[in-house]
Amino acid sequence: MSSVLFDAPGPKARARYRILGVVTALVIIAIVGFIVLRFAQSGQFDEKKWHLFTFPLVQQTIIQSVGATLSAFATAAVFSLVLGVFLAFGRLSDRKWISLPCYGFTELFRAIPLLILMMIFYYGLPPLGVQGITPFTAVVAGLVLYNGSVLAEVFRAGIESLPRGQSEAGYAIGLPKSAVMTNILLPQAVRSMLPVIISQLVVILKDTALGFIVTYNEILFQAKYFGSQAQYGSPIIPSAIIAGVLYVGMCLILAGIAKWLESRMRRNVKVAKVVKSEIVAIEG
Amino acid sequence: MNTLLNNSDLFITGFRNTLILFIVAGIFALILGTIVAALRVSPIPAMRAAATLYINVVRNTPLTLVLFFFALGYPKLGLVEIDFMTAATVGLSLYTATYVAEAVRSGINTVPVGQAEAARAIGLPFTQTLTLVILPQAFRAVIPPMFSVFIALLKNTTVAAGFSVAEAGAIRSNLSERGEPAMAGLLWVALIFVLIVFILSFVQRKLEKKWKVAR
Repeated sequence: MSSVLFDAPGPKARARYRILGVVTALVIIAIVGFIVLRFAQSGQFDEKKWHLFTFPLVQQTIIQSVGATLSAFATAAVFSLVLGVFLAFGRLSDRKWISLPCYGFTELFRAIPLLILMMIFYYGLPPLGVQGITPFTAVVAGLVLYNGSVLAEVFRAGIESLPRGQSEAGYAIGLPKSAVMTNILLPQAVRSMLPVIISQLVVILKDTALGFIVTYNEILFQAKYFGSQAQYGSPIIPSAIIAGVLYVGMCLILAGIAKWLESRMRRNVKVAKVVKSEIVAIEG
Repeated sequence: MNTLLNNSDLFITGFRNTLILFIVAGIFALILGTIVAALRVSPIPAMRAAATLYINVVRNTPLTLVLFFFALGYPKLGLVEIDFMTAATVGLSLYTATYVAEAVRSGINTVPVGQAEAARAIGLPFTQTLTLVILPQAFRAVIPPMFSVFIALLKNTTVAAGFSVAEAGAIRSNLSERGEPAMAGLLWVALIFVLIVFILSFVQRKLEKKWKVAR
């Protein structure tokens, strides 16, 4: 922590900090308590509202929707990584007619809102005679185009932050540019950029929730469906709580992996140096 | 071109609501995010813990779920009634504030240690060290990440369209009621977003040049 910002507390300050700490805790308890109380008062914790979720069939549907979210995430993650690598190589190409279109592509798809991209695929293409657009393909295509462009920037920044000697050494031993890129620069860039890449994967996982709006059958879509079952008391808040726990859990697992990888790499001094300045520049 | 001109009323209301959402939520997120970032570096452990918990939970929740809660869940609680626009503004502000907080904190870390040490040496307490010495310098350093946060916010406003807010993302469904081709409408929406994002990046470059820290 940036303890440079304050002096080591003396006896007076320590007493003051203790009081402020208690006040903070009280304020937080008051806020959380108010929310929980409000939930309880409006009957969100009633047995009736949660009864729907005790049916095995409903539980199975929820598990299926988690599967749907994860399959969209996994497909999109793999294709975005591949697209990202290709776009990064394209942008670093010496030939203008390759690097310029790649630059335009990444800039364009980073600027269009992801939801609009998904809508273009889901609502825009079928009337033009394109067959076989399911909500799944629309969600995945939108995610791949957007995150592929973001990852391309990440890879490019990673490659450009490497010491020049790396590529020069590659050329000196007579490797062609493609081999320098794939065998020397990319592995190091991926290694130094791993934390950023994983946090982008968390973004993909979170953004699958947008599929809810283009009727993809994922967690939030099911949550809204169950939440509107009037004969079970429209348990919209219970189902939002369930969806929230599922999402936060999945994202925390991914983020945990990222932290673990980061701490592993901090042991390697050479890599850690490059990463720090770049992460600040890219993470938004 | 016809789709745009014949339905300019839809496009104008849509993008006006988008910009209102963007600006109002942006201001609230900036204020709240700065406060949360200050809490995160404060000397009091309870404040640090609270800010960290808030950031970790909200950052790992999809924005769609946050808006889902405020638009569909909140009315069930029987509190003060709010319309969808207000609900979307609150949701977007709370969500974006966590990203602002992270950006500000990374900016605080880029300010040289000597600045804080000098501030402490002349006897400034924590709040003054932060507000008078560290934050003004930190804000200059975080202009690029801050602008990417705001560009993300601008794009995220479209999610509100899924919750009955009549903004740019909702133009498509209104167009299809009028029997216009969906593709043309969506492409116009995309194009206008690209233009706004380019304007924002232009402002970012200007500000970056203007407020460059000379060290």
